[in-house]
Amino acid sequence: MAYFIQQLINGITLGAIYGLIAIGYTMVYGVVGMINFAHGEIYMVGAFIAAIAFMVLQALGISSVILLFAIALPVTVVLTACYGWTVERIAYRPLRGASKLAPIISAIGMSIFLQNFIQITQGARVRPVNVGLQGGITLLERGGFAVQVSRMQLAIIATTIVLVAAFAFMIGRTAIGRAQRACAQDQTMVALLGINVDRVIAVTFVLGAGLAAIAGLMVSSYYGVVDFSRGFLAGMKAFTAAVLGGIGSLPGAVLGGVLIGVIEALWSAYMSIQYKDVAVFAILIAVLTLRPAGLLGRAESEKI
Amino acid sequence: MHPILRDASLAALLSVALTAPLIGVQMIDVNGGVTFATHLDLVVYAAAAVFLGRLAFGWMRALRSDRKPPQPSKRRGPNATAVGLIGIVLAAAVPLTNSYYIDIGTTVLIYVMLGWGLNLVVGVAGLLDLGYAAFYAVGAYTVGLLSTWFGFSFWACLPLAGLFAAAFGVLLGLPILRLRGDYLAIVTLGFGEIVRIVLLNWAAVTGGPNGIGNLPRPSFFGLPFARSGPETFAGFFGIHYAPTQRVIFQYYVILLLALATNVLVCWLRRRPIGRAWEALREDEIAVRAMGINPTRVKLSAFGTGAMLAGFAGAFFAARQGFISPESFTFSESATILAIVVLGGMGSQVGIVLAALVLVVLPEIGRSFAEYRMLLFGAGMIAIMVWRPGGLVRTRSPSIQLRQMTARLGLQPAA
Repeated sequence: MAYFIQQLINGITLGAIYGLIAIGYTMVYGVVGMINFAHGEIYMVGAFIAAIAFMVLQALGISSVILLFAIALPVTVVLTACYGWTVERIAYRPLRGASKLAPIISAIGMSIFLQNFIQITQGARVRPVNVGLQGGITLLERGGFAVQVSRMQLAIIATTIVLVAAFAFMIGRTAIGRAQRACAQDQTMVALLGINVDRVIAVTFVLGAGLAAIAGLMVSSYYGVVDFSRGFLAGMKAFTAAVLGGIGSLPGAVLGGVLIGVIEALWSAYMSIQYKDVAVFAILIAVLTLRPAGLLGRAESEKI
Repeated sequence: MHPILRDASLAALLSVALTAPLIGVQMIDVNGGVTFATHLDLVVYAAAAVFLGRLAFGWMRALRSDRKPPQPSKRRGPNATAVGLIGIVLAAAVPLTNSYYIDIGTTVLIYVMLGWGLNLVVGVAGLLDLGYAAFYAVGAYTVGLLSTWFGFSFWACLPLAGLFAAAFGVLLGLPILRLRGDYLAIVTLGFGEIVRIVLLNWAAVTGGPNGIGNLPRPSFFGLPFARSGPETFAGFFGIHYAPTQRVIFQYYVILLLALATNVLVCWLRRRPIGRAWEALREDEIAVRAMGINPTRVKLSAFGTGAMLAGFAGAFFAARQGFISPESFTFSESATILAIVVLGGMGSQVGIVLAALVLVVLPEIGRSFAEYRMLLFGAGMIAIMVWRPGGLVRTRSPSIQLRQMTARLGLQPAA
């Protein structure tokens, strides 16, 4: 039981990360109606910018963990958001109005580009990150096995909750959120009402990249490593999470993320670690077959 | 500030934000640890290049906007049959060159065949498949497993490879083909990963990451291409043995397979089933209203596409003589999809061009060594932005009611 609870906690932490990345997918899909395949690489770029920010700050003589986070977090978010904006501007905006497949191909090209860009500039090896919150809380101890929540895990889960609440508020209550929801319904009409659709889409990409940057920063300090090839699989799982929760739905993305994280952790603990990704995708296929709109997604009626 | 100047300054500022953290600071290994080196000069160069480039771009656009936009030309494309015949003659002549070109030619033809197969699914039937490499893997592993466990020859494996791949396609297609486009994409992507992970981890059967080696090479009507033996190709025809004989023979095998694929696809597209595929791509609801079962139509496209990938996979296994899960990753599926989309989705000739570009591009890039894949990715984006409809753009139906359109004075759909 204690082991199960421990795995559950690990799974929820992992799931919170997937959820943060999945929000980027789900917002872009909701507003533009396209799958941003390069989003996983944005997350990877964010993780590297965070690792480099930590390294430079430490070289400047800053050793307080709180101060390191306080400086590195905004820097990482802003710089990664620049990447998000640029990716949209270069690879997607010129293709608006082209066939649905064209942006997917340019996104795949972008993801190959970003991966190799990082590999060339930062090297192919796994890079260590030695900044993280130490210690944790022992929840219960049974049969010599202690269930622990590390402070890093608490920080990740708390950050995710705060960010999701903030985003839910933003999309539901603010002008930009209203514009985003309107763009999701009818871009032509929105443009006629005097809203700059290109700007709304750019903001969506920037916000998604910002969240991916936070996820990247927390993951690199949680696991203590970054490497250039991690974006693809994380991105794929986050996308799976977005689809599982019902693509276009914000709470769905987080719910899907947590589900994927928990399934992955429990499967690795009790079944086989090699087949954990198989389990994730098999469950995705099963859910979509039985409930094609995802868990929290609304089934759309077809327009004729 | 002048708008062009302001635009260029902003772009330069952005390039600083992009390059400063990742080019300006680079991690380097020092005896076991990691430290970093700063290259602020590179950041300055990049910013200067972006500033000047953006300035020139804005200036040129300002000049060009004074002129009228060019009229779309009404010129018809060259005759498809003539292009095809010239292509076949050129392709058949490749073995006259050296073995390096034959090797590249064989790779191009494998991708052409895969592209034509996936085109049936994506371009003709409009089903986005991101896990096509899975069927390719099924074909390759059919050869690998049947030959190592049961001693089958390549030619005995070839039809079975297509059969198994088609069976996999139908089995996967049954539950998922009622999903709408993007969900279908992610499910096929997941299926592709599942196949690869199973191949990687089921070491007892598939050899795991080590793969399967010593696969049978295609023989010439039972005559193997060997240096010595009772009945060899060289011995039967009384010629000297040369290693290039097998390479050339394999080249013609894949050329014939690819041409057979083309004939099959073009033929199918004119059959009722092919028209149903195209109709489904354009409007599923209308197809349903006509009394056609969309699931069955989709399933046939999916299965046929999978079968063609199975054939290509079987040839790939026999040509390499060795297979491992490494060859069937997502990037393989992505490359094949890129060929289809770059080729213009639906155009047979376009796919040949795209396969040439995507195989030859990294080959040329070999001199750039580590920058090869970087340029490949950038090239994919550039081609897509330059020609979003693909290199050869055709989306006209394979068959149309010519008399009807003429009588009503309608223009055939572009």
